Amino acid sequence: MRKNPVLNQIVQALFWVLVLIILFYVLFPFYWALKTSFTNPAELSKTALDWFPSSPTWENYRAVFQGQPFGRNLFNSLGVAAGTVIISLLLSVLSAYALGKFRFRFKSALMYIILGVSVFPQIAVLGGMYTTVRALGLYNTWGGLILSYMIFTLPFTVWVLTSFVREIPNELEEAAVVDGASPLQTLFRVMLPVMTPALVTTGLLGFIGAWNEFLFALTFTTTDVARTVPVAIGSFSGASQYENPFGQIMAASVIVTIPLIVLVLIFQRNIVSGLTAGAVKG
Amino acid sequence: MATSTPSTARRPGRNRSVEATRSRTAIWLLLPTIIVLALVAGYPLLRTIYLSFTEYNINTDPAPKGIGFDNYAFRLDDGTLSGLLTDPQWWQAVWTTVKFTVSSVVLETLLGLGMALVINSKFRARGLLRTAILVPWAVPTVVSAQMWNWMYQDNFGIISQWGRSLGLLEAGQSFVANPNTALGALVAVDVWKTAPFMALLILAGLQSIPSDMYEAADVDGASKVRQFFRLTLPLLTPALLVALIFRTLDALRVFDMPYIVKGNAPETMTMSIYARQQMIDNAQFGYGSAVSVLIFLIIMIFTVIYVTSLRVRFD
Repeated sequence: MRKNPVLNQIVQALFWVLVLIILFYVLFPFYWALKTSFTNPAELSKTALDWFPSSPTWENYRAVFQGQPFGRNLFNSLGVAAGTVIISLLLSVLSAYALGKFRFRFKSALMYIILGVSVFPQIAVLGGMYTTVRALGLYNTWGGLILSYMIFTLPFTVWVLTSFVREIPNELEEAAVVDGASPLQTLFRVMLPVMTPALVTTGLLGFIGAWNEFLFALTFTTTDVARTVPVAIGSFSGASQYENPFGQIMAASVIVTIPLIVLVLIFQRNIVSGLTAGAVKG
Repeated sequence: MATSTPSTARRPGRNRSVEATRSRTAIWLLLPTIIVLALVAGYPLLRTIYLSFTEYNINTDPAPKGIGFDNYAFRLDDGTLSGLLTDPQWWQAVWTTVKFTVSSVVLETLLGLGMALVINSKFRARGLLRTAILVPWAVPTVVSAQMWNWMYQDNFGIISQWGRSLGLLEAGQSFVANPNTALGALVAVDVWKTAPFMALLILAGLQSIPSDMYEAADVDGASKVRQFFRLTLPLLTPALLVALIFRTLDALRVFDMPYIVKGNAPETMTMSIYARQQMIDNAQFGYGSAVSVLIFLIIMIFTVIYVTSLRVRFD
């Protein structure tokens, strides 16, 4: 289809306007948080609506670490998210090998149960989990959070890794079995190296999930000993709505978001494929 | 779902004892996962169901006391029904959640489709745009709630400022503080956060459509609009459907974002917020568990519909 050049240019221009609108829409809220975080808190009430900070300052960032136990919260979040990912990857590598390469009874029933757990509303287990966590003496500890996070991380990692293991050619495993390798040797020496990309993707998505979790963290922690960043940011507040220290909230928000954005940008290809694998296959 | 029953067909002629050994090995490999899932999903779920048939104030009662179905419904002395099933607050929470879910999922899908179509066309800044739309997805939900909370802030929020210049708001008003617009304001936050996710899933679907189909349509002289409705949309349906169902399940469970922006405010109380309020804030573990059980049933019914409808499509 040949179009006349003027019309073509108008269409082109409209298209670019559309691209700019989308860019503005997705990036503006984050820019606004960034801008606010660099605004001098004393001037915030005067300059809140300016598009650029007039005299950028690190003041809010300093206040977040000095006035609040934010460093501790960050440490907790890192520990909990790392623990969750390590344990769930370890468990799910074993399961994925069994589900992807072995034949046994009740396999599809088990797959459905795992899929079912992955859509469990967290709130449905909140009451039972609360009593479990207390009974195990894990209330207000990393362990309690790591344990409870298994409910959404584990089904996801098992499911995605299983679909990955299935794609590994059977010959690879059979060769190892013929050579007399035990199942665990086969798994860790032969399968695991091939699985690395899938492990990175699922590990990263699991990490993000645990890093962002709010409901369990809010309910199973009471003090800053184990309180994670989302709870800290969610409950940053002054005595009334008008006293919310938004400069500090935005600084804290930027601190926890930047690492995620960097990770996401580095691994964007893997993430997109991991998300679609997780979505299409459950 | 096509891959849910994989073909692990081994060479024929393997003898039975090898198969038996392998199936024993499989159980051992799966055991840790099964134990953990039983501990974090199976037991708490059963415990919640059990508690829903009890009266149990976690702060004052030493132990749960069985009361049958009374949390769900019981007859008062004058014969009228009471309990969760006739609790107006619960039904209001259900209605709020449904409104939230339907409007945010519809808007996300339309917006995600639009974004995906733009990114799918060939232009120079395509990679940049594709990367940029990952930003809202990467922002933690709690952070996005606080970012928007600030933009909605009545005096100093930029959106309130825009609202004032459009004549929609008076000084000191905001979209989230007004009970009539609060839910809509929350939908906007959810849409911002998740439309990119939709766009990515839809984009994956778009890119799996072979380009020679479009070439054939061009040769046949079909217009771009006609191509979209006759070719793109039907081929995209499976991907769209999956994305839609996923987002619906998420939205039905929503807790964190509305809770951070509005707390336990009745006009934006979702089902999950109501359950947690009963259980944790009011310490009514019995009643709160009954709420949780109903939420669980709603989600599970939806999931069963989803699994069966997907099987129909992919098997």
